[in-house]
Amino acid sequence: MVDTIRAEKGVTASAPSPPHKRQWRRGWLPYVLLIPAVILELLIHIIPMLVGVGISFLQLTEFYLSNWRAAPFAGTSNYRIALNIHGATGQALLHSFTITVLYTVIALAVSWSFGMAAAVFTQRAFRGRGVIRTVFLIPYALPVFASVITWNFMLQRDTGMVNQLLLDLHLVHSRPFWLIGSNSFYSLVVVAIWRSWPFAFLILTAGMQSIPTDLYEAASLDGSGAIGQVRHVTLPLLRPVNRVLLLVLFLWTFNDFSVPFTLFGSAPPSQADIISIHIYENSFVSWNFGTGSAMSVLLLLFLLLVTAIYLAAGRLGGRHA
Amino acid sequence: MRPTKLSTLAIAAALAAAPLAACSSSGSSGSSSTTHPTLTYWATNQGTSLQADQQVLGPQIAKFTKATGIKVNIQVIPWTTVLNQITAATVSGKGPDVLNIGNTWSPSLQATGALLPFTSSVMSQIGGSSRFLAGSLSATGAPGQPPTAVPLYSLAYALYYNKAQFAAAGISSPPTTWAELIADGVKLKKNGHWPLAIEGGSVAENIHMAFELSQQQGGQFFDSAGKPTFNTPQNVAAVKQMMDFIQTDKLTNPSDAQYSKGTEALVDYATGKTSMVIWQAASGSLKQLGMNSADIGVVPVPLPSPVPAGGKPVTSMVAGINMAVFKNTKNMSAALQFVKFMTSTPEQESLNSTYGSLPTVSAAYSDPAFQTPAVNTFLSILKSSAAPMPPVAKESAFETAVGTAIIHLYADAATGKAVTDSMIGQALASAQQQLGG
Amino acid sequence: MHEATWFRWARVIVLTLLGLFALTPVYVMLSASLKPLPDVEGAFRWFPSHVTVAPFIDMWQTIPLLRYLENSLVVSTTASVASVLIALLAAYAISRYRFHGRQVFSITILSTQMFPGILFLLPLFVIFVNIGRVTSINLYGSRTGLIITYMTFTLPFAIWMLAAYLDTIPRELDEAAKVDGSGPMGAFIRVVIPAAIPGIVAVLIYAFMTAWSEMLFASVLTNDTTRTLAVGLQGYATQNQVYWNQIMAASLTVSVPIVVGFLLLQRFLVAGMTAGSVK
Repeated sequence: MVDTIRAEKGVTASAPSPPHKRQWRRGWLPYVLLIPAVILELLIHIIPMLVGVGISFLQLTEFYLSNWRAAPFAGTSNYRIALNIHGATGQALLHSFTITVLYTVIALAVSWSFGMAAAVFTQRAFRGRGVIRTVFLIPYALPVFASVITWNFMLQRDTGMVNQLLLDLHLVHSRPFWLIGSNSFYSLVVVAIWRSWPFAFLILTAGMQSIPTDLYEAASLDGSGAIGQVRHVTLPLLRPVNRVLLLVLFLWTFNDFSVPFTLFGSAPPSQADIISIHIYENSFVSWNFGTGSAMSVLLLLFLLLVTAIYLAAGRLGGRHA
Repeated sequence: MRPTKLSTLAIAAALAAAPLAACSSSGSSGSSSTTHPTLTYWATNQGTSLQADQQVLGPQIAKFTKATGIKVNIQVIPWTTVLNQITAATVSGKGPDVLNIGNTWSPSLQATGALLPFTSSVMSQIGGSSRFLAGSLSATGAPGQPPTAVPLYSLAYALYYNKAQFAAAGISSPPTTWAELIADGVKLKKNGHWPLAIEGGSVAENIHMAFELSQQQGGQFFDSAGKPTFNTPQNVAAVKQMMDFIQTDKLTNPSDAQYSKGTEALVDYATGKTSMVIWQAASGSLKQLGMNSADIGVVPVPLPSPVPAGGKPVTSMVAGINMAVFKNTKNMSAALQFVKFMTSTPEQESLNSTYGSLPTVSAAYSDPAFQTPAVNTFLSILKSSAAPMPPVAKESAFETAVGTAIIHLYADAATGKAVTDSMIGQALASAQQQLGG
Repeated sequence: MHEATWFRWARVIVLTLLGLFALTPVYVMLSASLKPLPDVEGAFRWFPSHVTVAPFIDMWQTIPLLRYLENSLVVSTTASVASVLIALLAAYAISRYRFHGRQVFSITILSTQMFPGILFLLPLFVIFVNIGRVTSINLYGSRTGLIITYMTFTLPFAIWMLAAYLDTIPRELDEAAKVDGSGPMGAFIRVVIPAAIPGIVAVLIYAFMTAWSEMLFASVLTNDTTRTLAVGLQGYATQNQVYWNQIMAASLTVSVPIVVGFLLLQRFLVAGMTAGSVK
């Protein structure tokens, strides 16, 4: 029934073209519209990236930093060190990678769910909705350095608010550690969610605005309750937005540097050894740019793979190309 | 259609060009006018704030400008970004004329070749190397090569103890050996204080302590050829001693393993939660934290008794700030004049007394400001029981690898997992492997 | 459209819990900003025993907070507005036209989101320096360089998001406008953009906040004069001391205009003007 309504949405116009047909033009207009974006991306993203990839094939250490064109060619040795699971470096990298995957998947799932729930519940106007929306965006507005350091204070074992609260509520008998030991992983996940769910909320709220309300009315006439409407109207129509949002949140969370760095300082606990910090410590701090670049390229390749699989799966499932 | 096409093009072009016109640009390295050059000087933050540094350095450097006509553009850089900026300057060749560096960075920066070596001819232009304290000068680069920088401010570690708490616990004098410190700790704990605060989550604090203790045990982290030798019995013993503060001697609160911001241990000492802390000269901070100066006691860090075979009586690493010149500066002679000014005796006296650090030139010590007991303690430490961190190019990698390993070991000790010698050995061996070839 | 009772209860509970989750650290920040320094690292108390507004006064002196605030505002506003404008053009092309290279462009631009910043930070700096040598445009140590960098960082998501959003706006709207005699750009500006306001506002907020909070590139591309808040706030961590209370005070203060901005902008996240307009 809802499908019929969706079809109607595209059919009311006089033009016979189906809803998503694009105009095939030999004209130059689309290209001109892309020029500024292309120039910027080339200058700032693509070319420096290619240089970075080039560095991964060099032995760029402190000895060659000021004259890096003279750095000796390392071939694939930087990559071999990074991928050698039996060596200390490779093992640490693999461990860091595994932790990061777990961290990203959990943080992404929960952030999206919170964002979706909040967007659904604030969809219809009620008194104070504007304030609530703003409140939800406050974590997003606060400077990372200050807000994440605040979490560090909150999570300290003896002096932190969290343990004070847990003790007052009699949920624990002795104060646990949150910043070291195995709990540190969960602390990181919670802080990451705290910072990223407002963004999911923002994008989903905007995305929901383009869904015509008459679709909801039709669905409710059909007998769909609130949950049914979300399943049959909201989620399907949000698919294009969700497709981008989930992918981008995955990539950003995976590459995130400032949250783990600020929460734990430059040496995170091994249970929360996020890969971007790991690579930073292995390159910038130890002047080993060749190895650091190789690790970054490996990271990039992994993310490309994930993205390719994700987009391919999306194409198989949906009709939007 | 034509007007639309043109307007589209115009919009696209304008958007691409707009940011270039939008805002002011500023900041580049010194200009070179032959008569009155302007130097760019990157100062590190030594005082209570970046602004305070400008207010301290400004009037001093104004004297220099008045005397020589050379203007100095002073940029005070927060510690969190200074290494990034120096790296960027090294890579691009675009940097300041003169800059402060942490003295432990000297060997690594020396290896980049970006800094001017202070050969004897260069040294003679700034007054010669014999003016400097030997201890301070030892932390300016790899041995066998000319210094890559000159010492500007010197610092050392000492044992701070709370006189009032010691008196209340019936301890008549501060400890001089580790055994005495542990015994004092037992008495202090009876009074309800944690005896010793440790910044267990900080790479720098851990590695400095490990280095000092390793020296006391007769160990070294690099051999004379510069090859890493992390997993040795002496180094393991040093790290074990650190772990035992928490797990065996119970002198240190396990929560200290979380202390990663570089401040918490000192705050615990200043607020009376703990009775002792091993820290660099901190009189300024302690005053700001509101500690009663009558309670502040300073003595050198304890030594083992007896000192093990091959062990050295080292109680501190040579800490401090050096001043370097970028090799490709366009204002070489002006830069050297500036270095000469900053290391001149009057400036050394003035700046170090303001900052609470120690002058690096012996002549400055005749100034009465440096005749206090605390300064004398630090001076004697610097002269007789301080050793420089390993002066090898891989020094920063070493600090990060071993410092991080110790942080993880502290976390294990704090969460109840007993840290054994073999665990320490494994961690040190892993760290050494990460240094690669 | 009536709501079930359980839905209303669920709404209250969920929104309250989420609100508490969002605001608890803010409360801790506020309480820390009103304490004397040694108390900040002391045991947590729900209400500070000793309240002082000194941090809010001292914070302007410890670092040049006003200058950093101005730099951040200029950089973030310019970068976000420019980014959204450029992204709109590109998104319109992708959404409304089929042309050779459309897929390549979309995928390539999305792939830039995978680039780890540390990989291309130094090469970018070197490129800026070389541009400065060849032309006389100073991109390092200047706000311009930072603006261009941030614009580029936010473009990919902005383009994808706006393209996805524009896709949900029926082409019949464009057709209707063209029937009235305007060209494609005219249709775009007069009809499609107003219908896409929620998406534009969301992307604008995203672009602004990304520029506002970026730390890594700002640490290298700015100097004393052009430093932004994200890096500048770390100046409260001095050699001797970290002024936690002032950091909290400064962070809350600079966030006030942002939050006010959100409050004003969030009303544009309203139901689009497409609903029913074509009928």
